[in-house]
Amino acid sequence: MHGRTLLEHAQALQAGEVSSVELTKSYLERIRVHDGSINSFITVTEEQALAQAEAADRTRSAGEAGSLTGIPLAHKDIFCTRGVKTSCGSRMLDNFVSPYDATVVERLKAAGMVMLGKTNMDEFAMGSSNETSYYGPVRNPWDPDRVPGGSSGGSAAAVAARLAPAATATDTGGSIRQPATFCGVTGLKPTYGRVSRFGMVAYASSLDQGGMLGVSAEDCAALLGAMAGFDSRDSTSVDHPVPDYWRESAQPIDGLRLGLPKEFFDDRLDAGIRASVEEAVAAWEGQGAKPVEISLSNLSLATPAYYVIASAECSSNLARYDGVRYGHRCQDPDDLEELFCRSREEGFGAEVRRRIMIGTYALSAGYRDAYYGRAQRVRQLIRQDFQQAFEKVDVIAAPVSPVLPFKLGEKTQDPVAMYLIDCYTIPVNLAGLPGLSLPARPVDGLPTGVQLIGNYFDEARLLGLGAAWQRETDWHRQVPPEFA
Amino acid sequence: MDLTADTVRGIAQLARLRPSPSEEKRLIQDLGAILEFFAQLSEAEVEGIEPMAHPLEVEQRMREDEVTEPDRREDYQAIAPDAREGLYRVPAVLDSD
Repeated sequence: MHGRTLLEHAQALQAGEVSSVELTKSYLERIRVHDGSINSFITVTEEQALAQAEAADRTRSAGEAGSLTGIPLAHKDIFCTRGVKTSCGSRMLDNFVSPYDATVVERLKAAGMVMLGKTNMDEFAMGSSNETSYYGPVRNPWDPDRVPGGSSGGSAAAVAARLAPAATATDTGGSIRQPATFCGVTGLKPTYGRVSRFGMVAYASSLDQGGMLGVSAEDCAALLGAMAGFDSRDSTSVDHPVPDYWRESAQPIDGLRLGLPKEFFDDRLDAGIRASVEEAVAAWEGQGAKPVEISLSNLSLATPAYYVIASAECSSNLARYDGVRYGHRCQDPDDLEELFCRSREEGFGAEVRRRIMIGTYALSAGYRDAYYGRAQRVRQLIRQDFQQAFEKVDVIAAPVSPVLPFKLGEKTQDPVAMYLIDCYTIPVNLAGLPGLSLPARPVDGLPTGVQLIGNYFDEARLLGLGAAWQRETDWHRQVPPEFA
Repeated sequence: MDLTADTVRGIAQLARLRPSPSEEKRLIQDLGAILEFFAQLSEAEVEGIEPMAHPLEVEQRMREDEVTEPDRREDYQAIAPDAREGLYRVPAVLDSD
């Protein structure tokens, strides 16, 4: 049963071949048996899951089921879930039980989906390897000595190991697309503003965007339709119509101009990954797409600009953790100042503290223009590069990560080396564009991926290209041997 | 870029963090390496470029000034480390004498 895609589960439920309770129980059992070896869940919500599954089965008997009713999924532990711990991978929120649901959680619940639990992640989504979690690292289901990527490493590993048919995730600089490629699953980061950020714990608010990880592009399309849309509770939510992504993704590829930015295929790129990406491009070319070489000349400045902006926004957003209203409080502080400082020093892990420090510095008097102001101008240049590119091409194809999944501990001592892992995903967040990560031909038994970048609100076209490639290949259907 | 221990302590104070002496050493090294990495930005030609604060041209939305949320003070205070009678408790801010 776990070999199915989300849409195949939907068909089986609709045909009455399986009930939501049976399906939910089978995934809960898989989590129980397998999660010990990969640590992809922080919380498993067995009781609520079974109650939701029973409710879904009743809805179906009453003839009121929608297309997603009764399908289980996992939420990244960055989305607030009423009555369920929402830790964000941090000691700071280890005791935080949210009094409300995030809009994403609320919408998927309203669609009848069943929450299996909350997935592990880098602390406050700050990391590229899922090694900064307070709950320990997540391991890559394809090789337990390697990282699953981050920050949505738990969501990606859970889907790869088929402990959940799909999972929600967030992407600030690559946190959906990079773990997707490291774990061999499909991941979509929608256009900034497409999916509500209400109830999604903030890291860098002008970059954060919610999305999902699933087995196939069609699965992601089905979920996006349920998640996207205007939300008055998020001031940056965009009031833009939500198409039927599933239907719209079936667009013809013939004549589509596929841009290949030469800066994404530079000498940083692993030769094996390059070959896998080129194979995907050749497949689209075979379906009628026309490859066009393009240039995004300011790309090399994207990573430093991103870390200035993200750290600055992080230092401001994380000022809310004061040890007073919720979250960790230190023992027996002498005074209020000590309460603030020691609660924060104890509650945050090393990488989070590092980013708060660097962001505070970059925003401090005398340095603001040199760092933050300059980074915002570079951000503008990067957006302009993309806008010029989209005058010549319809979609951009690129690698997701320059490197294969690396070993645990390999890069933890060198923060800058870790930051550079995201060099191909970060530019997309700076511009606010949608990006899709698709599994491609593995290299040395490890997953690789190809990234499709679209113009604003062009998710359907990305998903359509993804679905067309996935009809010809089965990389997305492969399950790590230990979890088959 | 070389940061002094005093600078690191100053930033920590602004950020309300309290690094230990060994942590401070580590931060001098790490933050220095990160700032060196940021120095690449000085190569960018940004003369006359408008800073970009946000990906989309959005305007601040206004809404009717009416109550949309129920009063859930108790739910919100139930998760506080120390709240009593509707108030958040912290160490004394004013001297008692």
